[in-house]
Amino acid sequence: MSEANKSEYLVEVKNLKQYFPVRTGFMKTVPLKAVDDVSFAIRPGETLGLVGESGCGKTTVGRTLLHLYKPTGGEIYFEGKQVTEKNIGEFRKDMQMVFQDPYSSLDPRMTVEDIIGEPLDVHKLYSTKEERHQKVIELMNLVGLNAEHATRYVHEFSGGQRQRIGIARALAVNPKFIVCDEAVSALDVSIQAQVINMFEELQEKLGVAYLFIAHDLLVVHHISDRIAVMYLGRMVEMADADELNENPIHPYTLSLLSAVPVPDPKTAKASQRIILEGDVPSPLNMPSGCAFRTRCRYATEQCAKECPALTDRGNGHMVACWNR
Amino acid sequence: MAVLEQILKNGEQPILKVVDLHTSFTTDNGEVQAVNGLSFNLNPGTTLGIVGESGSGKSVTAYSIMRILESNGHVTQGKILFNGEDISKYSEKQMADFRGNKISIIFQDPMTSLNPVYTVGNQIVEAITLHQQVGREEAKAEAIEMLKQVGINDAERRFRQYPHELSGGMRQRVMIAMALVSKPSILIADEPTTALDVTIQAQILELMQELQKKYHMAIIIVTHDLGVIAQMADEIVVMYGGRICERGTAEDIFYNPCHEYTKGLLKSIPNVDNMKEKLIPIEGSPINLLNLPKGCAFCARCSKAMKICLEQVPPELRMPDGHLASCWINVRDNNYIVDEEAAA
Repeated sequence: MSEANKSEYLVEVKNLKQYFPVRTGFMKTVPLKAVDDVSFAIRPGETLGLVGESGCGKTTVGRTLLHLYKPTGGEIYFEGKQVTEKNIGEFRKDMQMVFQDPYSSLDPRMTVEDIIGEPLDVHKLYSTKEERHQKVIELMNLVGLNAEHATRYVHEFSGGQRQRIGIARALAVNPKFIVCDEAVSALDVSIQAQVINMFEELQEKLGVAYLFIAHDLLVVHHISDRIAVMYLGRMVEMADADELNENPIHPYTLSLLSAVPVPDPKTAKASQRIILEGDVPSPLNMPSGCAFRTRCRYATEQCAKECPALTDRGNGHMVACWNR
Repeated sequence: MAVLEQILKNGEQPILKVVDLHTSFTTDNGEVQAVNGLSFNLNPGTTLGIVGESGSGKSVTAYSIMRILESNGHVTQGKILFNGEDISKYSEKQMADFRGNKISIIFQDPMTSLNPVYTVGNQIVEAITLHQQVGREEAKAEAIEMLKQVGINDAERRFRQYPHELSGGMRQRVMIAMALVSKPSILIADEPTTALDVTIQAQILELMQELQKKYHMAIIIVTHDLGVIAQMADEIVVMYGGRICERGTAEDIFYNPCHEYTKGLLKSIPNVDNMKEKLIPIEGSPINLLNLPKGCAFCARCSKAMKICLEQVPPELRMPDGHLASCWINVRDNNYIVDEEAAA
């Protein structure tokens, strides 16, 4: 991929911050820094994978990006225009979201036609009822659902089919950008592959860009053009998908990749794992400086004093580490 | 005679032999056949992986062995031989003594399997005094030693803590400590790392392998994650719709799958050597256990299904490399060897 200039980005996030107040006592709150100073950009038709362990803030990035939470700080740009709380309405049509759990993100009292048609109602994208029906049928065909099932309710569908309904709903308004938050994590392996393929085909057909949030590194590597790694609210590394997997630099990325169980007995049994000691620290009680230093074998004094910034190590391979 | 031959052949007798296990659940919608004629052997000190998707009957198999099925579930047929003794014939009292003593189990979600109102120490002590004739002080010392064994730092302090004060990884360590207090010969792990993050998963899997070596314990690991299976299992059982698809060594299953479902499963995960290669999913939806097909359970989703697949359950046949598979295509292609042991 060639070095891009700024204007070709579809979504740009600069120094995004999302702090949640947590009560620790009477009249006392401390900020939980769920996302701290995260910057990235996504090109049209590109997939950026976002990985990290639970509690690292990857879901919060996705939600804050869509202004589902009011950002504590930072700027979000869509096609060069700044997205703020006031004008987010204009962008809702272009930025959509698919959620992890297709069992709780779809209204059990609505028919599939109404679920998929609801965004069309909200954005008034049809003039007659017939047109609405036609659009829903088209969308159902697009995601591989049987159009005859439009009058059914969600409980009549399997997990994979429900996820397709969720995707059809997101696609209803012709978005240019979709946040996929663990969109395939709840599915069985064989069904997961169907949905991943569908994401890829839709991207080819419609040119939509994805922020693909997931914890399964093999899946993320497969689907993403670039991958960003988060640890405790901060981005520690970002690079092209293959580059990141072949040449990881940040110690956290190294251990994360080595911890992935490879579905190949000979490789899996022969590989040397870097087993991290201990658990992720509490985000309410973050270590000073680099958050990873408490589990890092390269940690030095400097790591405790100052938090490293993301720096470019060539070809857009960004790393935040003092020692590597 | 046959047993003696097998001892000579394998050097060791399987510690657990499951023969033609059938488990079903009585529901309002009818009888659900969750496990349908499952057989496998487990050798001492080795790891058997049971892999399958939701509804394949893999967890039910584990619960059937431990006899901890929901009240509407029951083993309807088959034998579960532990060291040659059929434990499915045990009385409830015998079973209570056996469970957690000879075979232990750990679950997916350690938060729901630990009691939130007792300290973890208390719960481990309970597990010790249940099976061993020891005093409370002695049991406490043993519990703390066990916590150290499973890699918990500051074990004395952790002993006094409640489950909610521990992280997910630590809770799973406590579960393992509790399961191993009686030094069982078999540990059943039902999706032990599914709820954990990948770096914590690596810690737990390593711990299990370490303890396995130390106690020469056999492990049955039940999971849907082919990566975990590849890392842990010596032998693998692949299940679909309550039936066994194939079983053999990990290498046989991964490098020479002989059942269309296993082949499909391996093609639907990203190829480690070529990440950008398109995935080939298995088409169709998961099976409905209330409405099992007459023939092969997988036939509705199989791209190569033949007429016979719809009508008759395929026999389990020995493949040329020695592992066992149940697929009519092997019969069609004459891809099997006649094997008296399997026939018997």
